[in-house]
Amino acid sequence: MIEVEIITGRTIDQGKTVEEKLTEEYFKAVSYCELNEEDFKALGLSEGDKVKVKTEFGEVVVFAKIGDLPRGVVFIPMGPYANQVIDPSTDGTGMPQFKGVKGTVEKTDENVLSVKELLGVK
Amino acid sequence: MHHMLWIKNGIVIDPKNKIDGEKMDIFVKNGKIVEESEVKKDECKVIDASNKLVVAGGVEMHAHIAGSKINTGRTMRPEEMRVVRQTANKLRATVGRVLLTSPAIGYEYARMGYTTAVEAANPPIGSLHTHEELDAIPILDKAALPVFGNWHPVLKFVAEKDFEKLKAFIVWALERTKGFGVKVVNPGGIEAWMYGKNCRNLDDEVPGFGITPRDIITSLIRANEELDLPHSVHLHCNNLGNPGNYQTTVESIKLAAGFKNDKRQVLHVTHVQFNAYGGSSWRDVCSGVEDIAKTVNSMDNVTIDMGAAIFGHATAMTGDAPFQFVLHRLLGAKWSNKDSEIEGGAGIVPIMYLPKNPVHALQWAIGLELGLMVDSDKVVLTTDYPNGGPFTEYPYVMAMLMSKKMREKELEKVHQYVQKATNLPAIDTERTLYEVIHMTRSLPARILGLENKGHLGIGADADIAIYNINPNEIDPSTQYEVIDKEFRRAAYTIKAGDIIVENGVILKETWGRTFWIDARSKASPEIIDSDLNEFFNYYSIKRRNFGVKEEWIRNPERMGVR
Amino acid sequence: MEAVCTFCGNVCDDVEFDVEKQKGKRFCPLGLSKFQKKERIKSPMIDGKEVSYEEAIEKAAEILVNAKRPLLYGWASTVNEAIRLGVILTEIVGGVYDQCASVCHAPGTLATIEEGLPGGTLGSVKNRADMVIFWGSNPMEAHPRHPTRYSVHAKGYLIKDRKDRKVVVVDVRRTRTAKLADKFIQVKPGYDFAVISALRAIIKGEDIEVDEVGGVPKEQLIELAEDMKNAKYGVIFYGLGVTQSRGRDRTVENAIKLIQLLNRTTRWIIWPMRGHYNVVGAGEVPAWEVGYQYAIDFSRGYPRFSPAEFSAVEMLLRRDCDAMMVVASDPAAHFPRKAVEHMKNIPVIQIDPFPNLTTLLSNVVIPSAVAGIEAEGTAYRMDVIPLRVKKLVDSEFWSDEKILEELLKKVEELKG
Repeated sequence: MIEVEIITGRTIDQGKTVEEKLTEEYFKAVSYCELNEEDFKALGLSEGDKVKVKTEFGEVVVFAKIGDLPRGVVFIPMGPYANQVIDPSTDGTGMPQFKGVKGTVEKTDENVLSVKELLGVK
Repeated sequence: MHHMLWIKNGIVIDPKNKIDGEKMDIFVKNGKIVEESEVKKDECKVIDASNKLVVAGGVEMHAHIAGSKINTGRTMRPEEMRVVRQTANKLRATVGRVLLTSPAIGYEYARMGYTTAVEAANPPIGSLHTHEELDAIPILDKAALPVFGNWHPVLKFVAEKDFEKLKAFIVWALERTKGFGVKVVNPGGIEAWMYGKNCRNLDDEVPGFGITPRDIITSLIRANEELDLPHSVHLHCNNLGNPGNYQTTVESIKLAAGFKNDKRQVLHVTHVQFNAYGGSSWRDVCSGVEDIAKTVNSMDNVTIDMGAAIFGHATAMTGDAPFQFVLHRLLGAKWSNKDSEIEGGAGIVPIMYLPKNPVHALQWAIGLELGLMVDSDKVVLTTDYPNGGPFTEYPYVMAMLMSKKMREKELEKVHQYVQKATNLPAIDTERTLYEVIHMTRSLPARILGLENKGHLGIGADADIAIYNINPNEIDPSTQYEVIDKEFRRAAYTIKAGDIIVENGVILKETWGRTFWIDARSKASPEIIDSDLNEFFNYYSIKRRNFGVKEEWIRNPERMGVR
Repeated sequence: MEAVCTFCGNVCDDVEFDVEKQKGKRFCPLGLSKFQKKERIKSPMIDGKEVSYEEAIEKAAEILVNAKRPLLYGWASTVNEAIRLGVILTEIVGGVYDQCASVCHAPGTLATIEEGLPGGTLGSVKNRADMVIFWGSNPMEAHPRHPTRYSVHAKGYLIKDRKDRKVVVVDVRRTRTAKLADKFIQVKPGYDFAVISALRAIIKGEDIEVDEVGGVPKEQLIELAEDMKNAKYGVIFYGLGVTQSRGRDRTVENAIKLIQLLNRTTRWIIWPMRGHYNVVGAGEVPAWEVGYQYAIDFSRGYPRFSPAEFSAVEMLLRRDCDAMMVVASDPAAHFPRKAVEHMKNIPVIQIDPFPNLTTLLSNVVIPSAVAGIEAEGTAYRMDVIPLRVKKLVDSEFWSDEKILEELLKKVEELKG
């Protein structure tokens, strides 16, 4: 388990599928997190492995990838997976804190839920 | 809509038709003023205007009411939007202190008996936005003036002294922007601002073009006159807001010499109050109105509007971007700026006018001086809304122009600096109702070239305002409170033959027309076709997407040229 | 056929699309995805059952009229004509109007309220900017053609070559955009505010008494400050890295003050990289109609603005709305989980061309035509330049404008 700061944001793949959220492509585009290569190795991860990202606001299981990030920072594409763990409070501005939320990441065998399962609908 | 109206026994003041307080009936049919013989009296809706003043609807010839800078003003000033004017019912909710929402603008002008309003400065690439906002203003007929004085094609054709191309460009631009006339704001100065500079004097060089504001103004006047457009060049002078700037204004006014038009002025200089300061610094600043008034009065081809300052809140919003930055530095206030492609710019700064502040008191006095010292056939009543203050205070200005007593009372409340810095205390002139109606109706309509507005002659648009004032009995000199009160709430406002307001209350929401000038019969844009393609390399949109189609405007009214 | 792209805030107006062949010219991958065929909401539905447009609209009207506090949210991916109807509709039902900016660039609006917005259009940047800073913004993944059309490779009146321009990226990680910059400055997440304060101090001639600020070494800060002072016309384009992180509106405010300072000696502008193609319209239209850009409550019969109370996320977190209408947006996908929870408790109406996560939670679903392909209208580019998006083909689906027109009529009928 490592302690991280989580940022979320746009990617090309997420943008390409943003109007097709019920497709496999969208699922693939938003259900992962990127970690710094050393952090990835420190967690004992390999290609296709899953991690549980946890913050005080929630937890989510996503696939793990290596990304160009500083140590201790993970990136999750914007979407329903990221929104399980970010801080909903808006500090009076209306804007939740989508970027810069502290949490932990650890390897897991749990499954990555589909978007429907995540939403809690059939 | 009432098909026919009979306004009975009203006391009419109609300066264009030389009617001064005559009891007469006015007949309306199908939105026009018609002869008595045209209507069937028993089918008319009758308005009893006995002992009431009947005049044409007011014509606002210069206000900032629609477009991106107005909306940025609203966005950055929620403190302005919190005043609730009316809650939603059959009509829209309206809010705003001095800045107003679009529905509020329409209702408030109409309440006051105004029926036409012109947006004073439209950034050409933003024209569709300007028209969207104009179309969100209910009731009024409207138009917008695109800005030319810092537009690269204009600067280039002026530099090349190519008048055929300059004319073709003006024609093309008016059609594309669905605009009404040639507005010029701080010519050359906004281009200079792109380099952090300004053009305060008429002979300062415009960076990159080797021309001067003098060149731009005279070239545009010449082109405008050769095209004989309905409106003249409409100029916001260089050097706005600086002590001593009255000299630049006088010099600019004199550029009209040598031009002639049999129907109207060849140059309209706007919100002159901001350009009428004498002295050399904020320490010794004083009124420069005397020289300006002398100059304007001696010429028969120049008109101005006041740009009066009203005590209270205001928002400085103009295309004069460098001036707005200076104001921001002077006041330490928040500041918005919008450099716009190769066309010019804009700036916005919140301001206030306080009676005990010597400079504000001076500005207030100067506005009134202009209204009193310039021939009433040459000066239009405006506050350059929202720069000088709310247009809803026009009745206050009207009352002040007509009453020395009222001015004396006000002078007691303001900083004594105006006693030595202006002539206002010594001015005895009291405008008559006839003059003030001229300054708010027939004169602006003539200046704009709107032949069917601002008067009550046969054939005029049936835009009529009726007030609870008996011109034959009232003494504006002593009854200034009545004047101030009654001009705020029309007994009736009629727009295109429709009764919209009764006793200051809006009865219904209608939608007016948007006038634009089609001068393509005078000059073909063909000769500038390849120049335009060149210029569009410097735009961030494609030429084919520049401009507004008539079908995107609610009620476009195309005006050809003679 | 000539088209205007209706995906991101670039609103590229030089694109072409062949609807039959499904081929595009000059589109980036995002825009092309938008224009190409994909699954549509096939029919209006009430609780999963297919109905007619009229029936769905009637049901939607009933929901809105019977609700005590309906929330009407979205608006960023439709045209101004529809948005205007939406604002008027919200006023009539006494509900709350909020739009996508509240989870995107609204902090910039809050900063503008404090300090103003010293800005310029994209053409000003293309023509004059000899220094461009992307701060917390990654156009290569969110606005792909921005660098080519407007800000990096674009040439103009004074900028004739890529070498005439210095491009800097300030971000917490080396993004794709950082790779095409001349300089990349890495900041620790949440420290943008501090870095900007340091720059302001340095530019004013103060010495900052530390070795680094927010992970940025002092020398880098001094160099950046020098570059900014020496630029003839600079621009900071900022993105969600700034608005969605710790400082939110305060960071933007600080950046605006930095720009104000620079304008004393040279020329600088700052501008937000707006996301959706008409999120600007979703804010500009209510501003002229009712005075504010977002988070607007009409329950008292007049508009009140309060982001803390009336923004959609706040309304949902507090369970302060008893019905929701979502137009051209997908809050179920993009709102925090806790806010989405309340959407399951209340009737939800959706107007959208494409099925998304909000569709899965909606009781009434009304499919609309895609603006820019099947419906025309006015949209405002990220720099508030108006562009008319085109109708390339006819469609069986009603436009947002038509749906809202009919909905407004029905609501007025029901209210009597």
